[in-house]
Amino acid sequence: MASAVFILDLKGKVLISRNYRGDIPMAVVEKFMPLVLEAEEEQNVTPCFTEDGVSYLYIKHNNLYLLAITRKNSNATTIMLFLHKLTEVFSEYFKELEEESIRDNFVIIYELLDEMMDFGYPQTTETKILQEYITQDAHKLEIQVRPPMAVTNAVSWRSEGVRYKKNEVFLDVIESVNLLVNSNGNVLRSEILGSVKMRCYLSGMPELRLGLNDKVMFEATGRATTGRSKAIEMEDVKFHQCVRLSRFENDRTISFIPPDGEFELMSYRLPTTVKPLIWVEAVVESHTGSRVEYMVKAKAQFKRRSAANNVEIEIPVPDDADTPKFRSSIGSVHYAPEKSALIWKIKNFGGGKEFLMRAHFGLPSVKAGEEIEKKPPISIRFEIPYFTISGIQVRYLKIVEKSGYQALPWVRYITQNGDYQMRMPEAIKSSRMQPI
Amino acid sequence: MAARPKFFTTNKRGENYELKAELNSEYRDKRKDGVKKVIANMTVGKDVSGLFPDVLKNMQTDDLELKKLVYLYLMNYAKSQPELVILAVNTFVKDTDDSNPLIRALAIRTMGCLRVEKIIDYLTEPLRKCLKDENPYVRKTAALCVAKLHDLNPALAIDNGFIEIVQEMVSDTNPMVVSNAVIALSEIHEASDTKDIFVINDTTLQKLLHALNECTEWGQIAILSALSEYRPSDVKEAEHICERVLPRLQHANASVVLSAIKVLMIYMRTARDQTFQKNLVRKMAPPLVTLLSSPAPEVQYVALRNINLILQKRPDVLNNEMRVFFCRYNDPPYVKLEKLEILMRLCSEKNVEQLLSELKEYASEVDVDFVKKSVRAIGRCAIKIEGASERCINVLLDLINTGINYVVQEAVVVIKDIFRKYPHQYEGIIPTLCENIEAIDEPEARGSLIWMIGEYAERIGNADELLEHFFDNFREENVQVQLQIITATVKLFLKKPSENQEIVQKVLQTSTSQSDSPDIRDRAYIYWRLLSTDPQAAKAVVLTEKPPIKGEGEELKGRLLDELIENIGTIASVYHKPPETFIGGKKYSADEVNKRPLE
Repeated sequence: MASAVFILDLKGKVLISRNYRGDIPMAVVEKFMPLVLEAEEEQNVTPCFTEDGVSYLYIKHNNLYLLAITRKNSNATTIMLFLHKLTEVFSEYFKELEEESIRDNFVIIYELLDEMMDFGYPQTTETKILQEYITQDAHKLEIQVRPPMAVTNAVSWRSEGVRYKKNEVFLDVIESVNLLVNSNGNVLRSEILGSVKMRCYLSGMPELRLGLNDKVMFEATGRATTGRSKAIEMEDVKFHQCVRLSRFENDRTISFIPPDGEFELMSYRLPTTVKPLIWVEAVVESHTGSRVEYMVKAKAQFKRRSAANNVEIEIPVPDDADTPKFRSSIGSVHYAPEKSALIWKIKNFGGGKEFLMRAHFGLPSVKAGEEIEKKPPISIRFEIPYFTISGIQVRYLKIVEKSGYQALPWVRYITQNGDYQMRMPEAIKSSRMQPI
Repeated sequence: MAARPKFFTTNKRGENYELKAELNSEYRDKRKDGVKKVIANMTVGKDVSGLFPDVLKNMQTDDLELKKLVYLYLMNYAKSQPELVILAVNTFVKDTDDSNPLIRALAIRTMGCLRVEKIIDYLTEPLRKCLKDENPYVRKTAALCVAKLHDLNPALAIDNGFIEIVQEMVSDTNPMVVSNAVIALSEIHEASDTKDIFVINDTTLQKLLHALNECTEWGQIAILSALSEYRPSDVKEAEHICERVLPRLQHANASVVLSAIKVLMIYMRTARDQTFQKNLVRKMAPPLVTLLSSPAPEVQYVALRNINLILQKRPDVLNNEMRVFFCRYNDPPYVKLEKLEILMRLCSEKNVEQLLSELKEYASEVDVDFVKKSVRAIGRCAIKIEGASERCINVLLDLINTGINYVVQEAVVVIKDIFRKYPHQYEGIIPTLCENIEAIDEPEARGSLIWMIGEYAERIGNADELLEHFFDNFREENVQVQLQIITATVKLFLKKPSENQEIVQKVLQTSTSQSDSPDIRDRAYIYWRLLSTDPQAAKAVVLTEKPPIKGEGEELKGRLLDELIENIGTIASVYHKPPETFIGGKKYSADEVNKRPLE
């Protein structure tokens, strides 16, 4: 449990704070920044440290620190997550959480801090529900807000009485691929982080049931897994709190009463079984003191009927490179000196295709010193619509509400890059002859 | 939209006077703006406690926002104006009778936060009422208020029978009331001397397990941590509770997941059945890995520290998962270093090859501290896995060839450890190390190299020249290095006495007569006397078989490890230290607590 929560700027100045337990002098916050700086000096920064019996747990968000202090052996995970939840809720309330927006919204921040935590324990943290009784418009006398039933209900994420003329549900299945390839082209790690996002515009208290081509469920229901549709095996699944977990544990049924509007229903993780979707090979030839040359080959290793959109391949180049020259068989290339990288953009990258790009940079003839070069990896961004790399499919979404309306579910699939990185190969050093 | 009123403007002189006028204005809007300005001043750390009576006048209002602001002001300054708080009591008590549950709850919540002795007696009656309120929102707030009251005045909470009421609230029909009652009882239980406030029996156990399915994510954490304090009576019960807790591993909230894992880890001790245990361990692995997918590095860090702990208790949990702990280029340093620790734990005969190429990659990054730790990790691999020691040495030699100063130095230190573990196997590489003699200037690295020269003096043709070289700057060296020079020279002499009489004489002479350090003089004298009285004894002492070294990296054992497992998810689990080592017993006085942060 947190004794107090602070939001500070990067210099350590308190922008706003809330004392929840009154068991620690609020003045201890003055020690926070010096202690962080001291840790930075000793290269020993951790997001949690204790000084004089007071533990400081903090996160960084934009140009802010969110800090909680406690003098007990509190639940560190809960505190970290709560601080993150604060940034989420504040961002949903006023778009961007930063110094300016805190100043402009201090009244509502105090209200939210009061509602989201009591005596150091998180209470209601669902933005949708909070917005029902804590609003930015000053409360009018005529209508006095009351706590929504949902705050304390078993269904603490949805209020009764939601009405829509047209009942619709949009399901987005988004798969992000995390890939790490080492410099000699071996795949070190390749996993899929999937997410099922929903936008629910449904009246009343609908009961939803989602069916996927989940292997375990197929087995549980005695369905044969052979045949046309393949079944996928998820390694781990996480659900929004609306999903009945014990039911899932019993028979793999995903049943729930959804929150209103947009939310992430579930996320899942599984290893990939196919080749990396986009493969990049780079050959670097470095002539110290004069120039460096890149030859980059990009391959789309998925079926021809799909295509990747907005592909961006970011190749790191030396900090002091200059006079860029590019030649590519497709797309556009530009130099981004602020990132020390060149970026090759390809709007539409068809499955099975392969493209080439060459780049040439000048290097200064004298080096400042024997600095060690940073070795950032190549990173790749892309999205492939109408496609899931895992092969997951929504088989049905059943919607039952007591008023008996018909609702339309819309499903969309997309695969995109997650943390998709390939380490740079060593540069081939070709040293020139010294001029006579 | 109308221009936003500027609450933070400053017009230094007479500001409080102007605010006072505003607070007492006949216009409602003006008064409200006045209160907002006061709060704005409070926020930036100005002392506005002088306006207490004027702010207080605005407390009785139908405007909820205004009321909240006044309450907020009261919470901040109640301690500095205890006499005046009494004036607010009436409104508070009246508000706990309001028709709007939001106001009833607000009033009882705020009263509990005032922490002023004087008004505490006025709290009991409204609290009793609110605990029985028909609205669950009020009840859940009142439940926590009992914990607040107990914190201030335990006797009052006990004498009024509040604790019994909260105990009954565990059976409330509303899940959030249940979880807040659990929180309040756990708090009070922990603070009480009798430790009989919150004892889970069969009935409460059933209630808790039921509420687990219904309450909010934060409530689930409270219930799970209450369950982790409970000790099941028999194997069957333990297994049953585990089955009920298991679905929580699928929750999106990482703290719910870790709390569930804590319960499982603790109950596993009771449920002794091997297959059952194996099954639990198998089910725990994927959620543990998923914790690393959290977008927040701070959460990842806490998760990694806990995984490190769990691995020490159950080394088999993540057997095939080494790759997920490979560092990403943009991980913050604290995440990278922790991943490195876990990689060391997961390192085995099977995966060491892959790990070594990964560590070599890390050793070429730019973060010096991380690079050094990665080089050390290579040495730790060698010491942990005998079959890999030669490959480790080769990787280290590759790194030495890069010529990067701090990499070379760290590698030399690490190679010394490998020599200690596997003597007489790799001394062929010593000449390569000696090629870098000039670059090695850190005392630990220098000392390590000299130690190796002494240890293998008989195999190194020019050992005497090398030591002579080090001896040239003897007096400028760090004490640690000087000690190594003395010992190495003595070893050289014992191994090749005929050619090295002169140098040993010189070293001992200098150390005993010219050194300021008692350590240096003492060691030199001991050697000298040994050598002059009984060379055979000297040989037995100096060239004795050294005890083998073990792998680096703390190993937590037995009771301590079990205690830390019981603290999974908490700060103790982050530090790997029991709570009493970092929690000060110190309680702050009211005055100290009351100090404003920005005065």
